[in-house]
Amino acid sequence: MGILLTRDVCKTFGVNKALDSVNIDVPEGSIYGLLGPNGAGKTTLLRIINQILAPDSGEIYFRGSKLKADDIRKIGYLPEERGLYKKMKVGEQAIYLARLKGLSRHDSLRKLKYWFEKFEMQDWWDKKIEELSKGMQQKVQFITTILHDPELLIFDEPFSGFDPINVNVLKKEILELKSKGSTIIFSTHNMISVEELCDFITLINKSRCILNGQTDEIRSSYKTGTFEIQFSGNPDIFTKVLNSNFQLQNIKTNHTLHTATIKIAGISSDNELLNLIIPHIHIVSYREVLPGMNEVFISVVEKAG
Amino acid sequence: MNKNKIHFIIKNIKIILNREKPQSMNRNKIALIIQREFRTRIRKKSFIIMSILGPFLFAAMIILPIWFTTMEDKEVKIIAVADSTHIFQNKIPDTKNLKFKYLENADIKYLLKDFQNQGYWGVLYITQVITYVPNAVFLYSYSQPSFGMKIHIESSLEKEIERQKLFAHNIQNLDEILKSIKSNISVRTIKLEEGGKEKENYAEQSMIVGYAAGFLIYFFIFLFGMQVMRGVIEEKSNRIVEVIVSSVKPFELMMGKIIGIAGVALVQFIIWIVLTASLIGVGQKVFFPELGKSPTEKVISEDIMNSGNSAHKEVIHEQIPKDENTIKVEMLFKSISDINYVVILSWFLFYFIGGYLLYASLFAAIGSTVDNEADTQQFMLPVTIPLILAIYVMINTMNNPDSNLSFWFSMIPLTSPIVMMVRIPFFSDGMNWQLIISAVILVLSFIGTTWLAGKIYRTGILMYGKKASYRELWKWIKYKN
Repeated sequence: MGILLTRDVCKTFGVNKALDSVNIDVPEGSIYGLLGPNGAGKTTLLRIINQILAPDSGEIYFRGSKLKADDIRKIGYLPEERGLYKKMKVGEQAIYLARLKGLSRHDSLRKLKYWFEKFEMQDWWDKKIEELSKGMQQKVQFITTILHDPELLIFDEPFSGFDPINVNVLKKEILELKSKGSTIIFSTHNMISVEELCDFITLINKSRCILNGQTDEIRSSYKTGTFEIQFSGNPDIFTKVLNSNFQLQNIKTNHTLHTATIKIAGISSDNELLNLIIPHIHIVSYREVLPGMNEVFISVVEKAG
Repeated sequence: MNKNKIHFIIKNIKIILNREKPQSMNRNKIALIIQREFRTRIRKKSFIIMSILGPFLFAAMIILPIWFTTMEDKEVKIIAVADSTHIFQNKIPDTKNLKFKYLENADIKYLLKDFQNQGYWGVLYITQVITYVPNAVFLYSYSQPSFGMKIHIESSLEKEIERQKLFAHNIQNLDEILKSIKSNISVRTIKLEEGGKEKENYAEQSMIVGYAAGFLIYFFIFLFGMQVMRGVIEEKSNRIVEVIVSSVKPFELMMGKIIGIAGVALVQFIIWIVLTASLIGVGQKVFFPELGKSPTEKVISEDIMNSGNSAHKEVIHEQIPKDENTIKVEMLFKSISDINYVVILSWFLFYFIGGYLLYASLFAAIGSTVDNEADTQQFMLPVTIPLILAIYVMINTMNNPDSNLSFWFSMIPLTSPIVMMVRIPFFSDGMNWQLIISAVILVLSFIGTTWLAGKIYRTGILMYGKKASYRELWKWIKYKN
């Protein structure tokens, strides 16, 4: 059993069903992606996990026992709608938020010192939030989210609104937190941004889970037999040597190198393809194209009807 | 054996501590929120400026009108006295700018029509033997008679009646006699309007204090209720609210804010009262230096200046009527200090806190439903209308404290904190079944309102972008948890 488990969680707002029997199982120490378009119910699920909302039915288990009020201390949540008190001083605010999570004043000071030194922001301590740039505010926000060393970190659309430099800082820190043993849940509609980070994913569409599993497995199970060959030589050769088992999708040319994308139809293997073309061109690289989560999502939704 | 026992005890203690931990933690969290709300507001410049400026304003509002009345009134007013009883001839002493002319057998109807042309400022009409009918004295005038003038006439007549009663008794058993001759005359001042209408003035000082208290409650509910609303909107528009409700329950956040701001209001109130009182004290010394001294002190100081026969002088001084203005200012200060402040203050605090809690939770609910202050108007109206209505009814209640209107509005919890304040002086000892019922209704309804507001609040704070309608609010109330 993972660190967090939901069993048949349902939530309805008036006539709108936000969640319909949602089951997720987040393994400890993993990065777990909750993917789906806007309005699929991701934020509602995260709010239920954070006990901001209560489910209409279903259960949530944290470390094997039912989620209780005190578990809040072990969870760090960075909501999609996030911000800080603009008129409050950085240090004061960070201590306030840490103490609301149950840290003592002394502990929060000690931990803040570590993080402020790490991000080289000691001299922001007495500034008001409104005096900081957006990027600086984002760093403060990030620190207040993780300060209480949560066992489970939940980021709702973490990269929206963060600038590219901070996105990289964030990704680096998240990987470091993972290496220290934290479990991380991501939720995003921008699937490309997290697919390389996530070990496990759940696809949510229209308030239902439509796909669960390990990211690599899912991608390979949805692979379409498409290969990418980078080569030098005459690009016309492909139209000549390929038989009907192989479908040339496109050839891009970049200076002296060409990149061809070929889809294998039927029962042929990629070795056959290589045998056919090796005599004619010089291959620089060769790889199988795995589908992105976007494509997986689209094909799952299409299959579901 | 012994070791095991110790282990057992330690284990039990640990269990107990662990059990209590989450509860005490939550209490700490509300305390943290209250502390933050209180501290950030107390430190604001606007709070400090308001705390200092307010008392100056209030003190000026009390001191200046009194001071102005002592400044004006330089003209000499002649009042025609039509005394049907013929026993008050020359009994009302003239003062510096108040002369009394006693008319023999005047036709009151004719006099009332024509007294201005005859050079009189007003007419004092004594209808019958006022020894037993205390309110048979009327003062007619075209302009508002001053408070001091009224007091001067009243006390002169009272003194004369007392003198006459005393005269009729034998001087044995003087204590009892003194008790029995105590009389109370209230001159009903009737202001004549141009159309010949008569309008009676009531000036019950304690009611004025009640009025001030009611108005203060109205003012504080508005001022600090709006602060609650702004605080909620601020948290919502800063987008910090979801960060916080992932640590505390929305209801705890709402209550923490309401209580924290109530603390700010109380501190502001105490600063205002203390500063205003001391400013008035100082102002009294500066503007009315005569007031601080007792009459004998005054006499003695004048004696020393005149260095004459002190025993003789004292008698003379006692008989010389005080300056009209000094009397009226003294009476004003005296009437202000005569009121039962403990009763009024305790009820004030009760209605202040009750009314504030009732409205603050409504204001919090409103704040939670909107994205910015401009959108609050559609929901503000139903909250501000009862407040403004309460002020109107309160003013009406001052003239008619026992009317049905006053009764019902001092029961309805949305208006009772304001309306009841002017009715309290009329309940003999500050306790009354009406007060108790009104208080119970207020307590019950703020519990109910807070509960309802909490339901709207916890859904509202997470809603962005769309304007909520009343139907939606009703849906939010019905959402589970």
